[in-house]
Amino acid sequence: MQDAFATALERWPRDGAPRNPGAWILSAARNRAIDVIRRRQTLERKTELLAALEQVTPEEDEVDDVDETTIPDERLSLIFACCHPSLALEARLALTLRTLGGLTTEEIARAFLVPEATVAQRLVRAKRKIRDARIPFRVPPDHLLPERLASVLRVVYLIFNEGYGPPARQELCSEAIRLAAVLAVLMPDEPEVHGLHALLLLQDSRRAARIGADGELVLLAKQDRSRWDAEEIAAGKRALERALPLRRPGPYQLQAAIAGLHSEPETDWVEIALLYARLRELDPSPVVALNAAVAVAMADGPERGLELVEEARGLDGYHLWHAARADLLRRLGRDAEAAAAYKRAAELAPRPVERRFLERRLQEVRGAAT
Amino acid sequence: MQYLLLIYGAEGEWDSRSEDEREAIYQEFYALSNDLREQGKLVSANELQPTATATTVAVRDGETTVTDGPFTETKETLGGYYLIEAESLDEALEWAARIPSAREGAIEVRPVVMRHAEVA
Repeated sequence: MQDAFATALERWPRDGAPRNPGAWILSAARNRAIDVIRRRQTLERKTELLAALEQVTPEEDEVDDVDETTIPDERLSLIFACCHPSLALEARLALTLRTLGGLTTEEIARAFLVPEATVAQRLVRAKRKIRDARIPFRVPPDHLLPERLASVLRVVYLIFNEGYGPPARQELCSEAIRLAAVLAVLMPDEPEVHGLHALLLLQDSRRAARIGADGELVLLAKQDRSRWDAEEIAAGKRALERALPLRRPGPYQLQAAIAGLHSEPETDWVEIALLYARLRELDPSPVVALNAAVAVAMADGPERGLELVEEARGLDGYHLWHAARADLLRRLGRDAEAAAAYKRAAELAPRPVERRFLERRLQEVRGAAT
Repeated sequence: MQYLLLIYGAEGEWDSRSEDEREAIYQEFYALSNDLREQGKLVSANELQPTATATTVAVRDGETTVTDGPFTETKETLGGYYLIEAESLDEALEWAARIPSAREGAIEVRPVVMRHAEVA
């Protein structure tokens, strides 16, 4: 079992996979698969593998760079091994990007802004731990699957988030989307996989409009929609449609649905607020509560929104909480209070481009107050 | 492959339990040990006497120092262990999660270095 893992680690090419689904099963892959099938003992296993080979034909527009020389079984096992909870999170991210994404150590280092030696060390340690502690190379059994799949999805989401920035590192976003697409093909009965895939596509569709010509942040409401990637939006909606019939809602599906509504010509804030209410039930974290409050403010007015924002506890150190408060106070004409909140938000903002945005708002509100 | 499951917990916890509570917990341990034994996976398991009975020995430059107490002075102390056979880390983790002390303290799962024919 360990040498299958080692083989996959060595042989994982990244570029050059053809886009057409027929090429998914090249003669080499088929021969190898046939060998594997022959070696399997039970009849059920043979039937399973043959079915898997036939089924996994990715749709042309969804899967970009699928490696066609490895049977799906092995690839899925690899993903779960790389995302095992006993590995440190940074190790999971690096290992997933290296083994499944084929990124070089240097590319990973650049993406996460750490020295290359650090990444190299993380990878060595992680592979050693997989070998020495015998982290299993397999799709987890049913009773472990929900939490293990959640770990995999989280890794993919974090990779995307890292790439989203700002500053945007597009190769990470593309890689995350590609991984989500592969997962969607390999685990078509898991609705949260489709949910995540949809969410990433929909968020990515806005990348060209997020940053203005001057390199500054542009809010969703003010974005030039002609710069949104319509094809990606459509692909995102298709991905979400794959999730819905499975009738097991989850946080990624809900977030994708919200993102989908944002991409409509008219923003249905009432529907969005309802979806956030559902999301809050599944994920009661303060950040979700904050986003829900903002949506409610749009649907029911800034007073109600402000109430909810102020109800959300534990966000005192979070710049977006202060920014949301500031925006609502401004809409209520309470400019002096809004200024104080923008100031606090700017102080807490972790990224220069966000800080500049908040400082501009501060100036606007001060201008209005005088 | 063998794994050592190191059982960590706060000693005061055990002392504050009633006779009935302790008995119930022991029953869980017995059940776990039985299951392991039946599957041929139990190599060894023991409860350790409290840290008040511990002594630490170190030898530096030929000189032996003997001190009263455990090696590390922490709130969570080593209270016992299981040495088990398991196919993979996941299996070891599942057994570890069944140890009652996992609910209040924690179990450290360490693979044992296998030098001889054992490795599959």
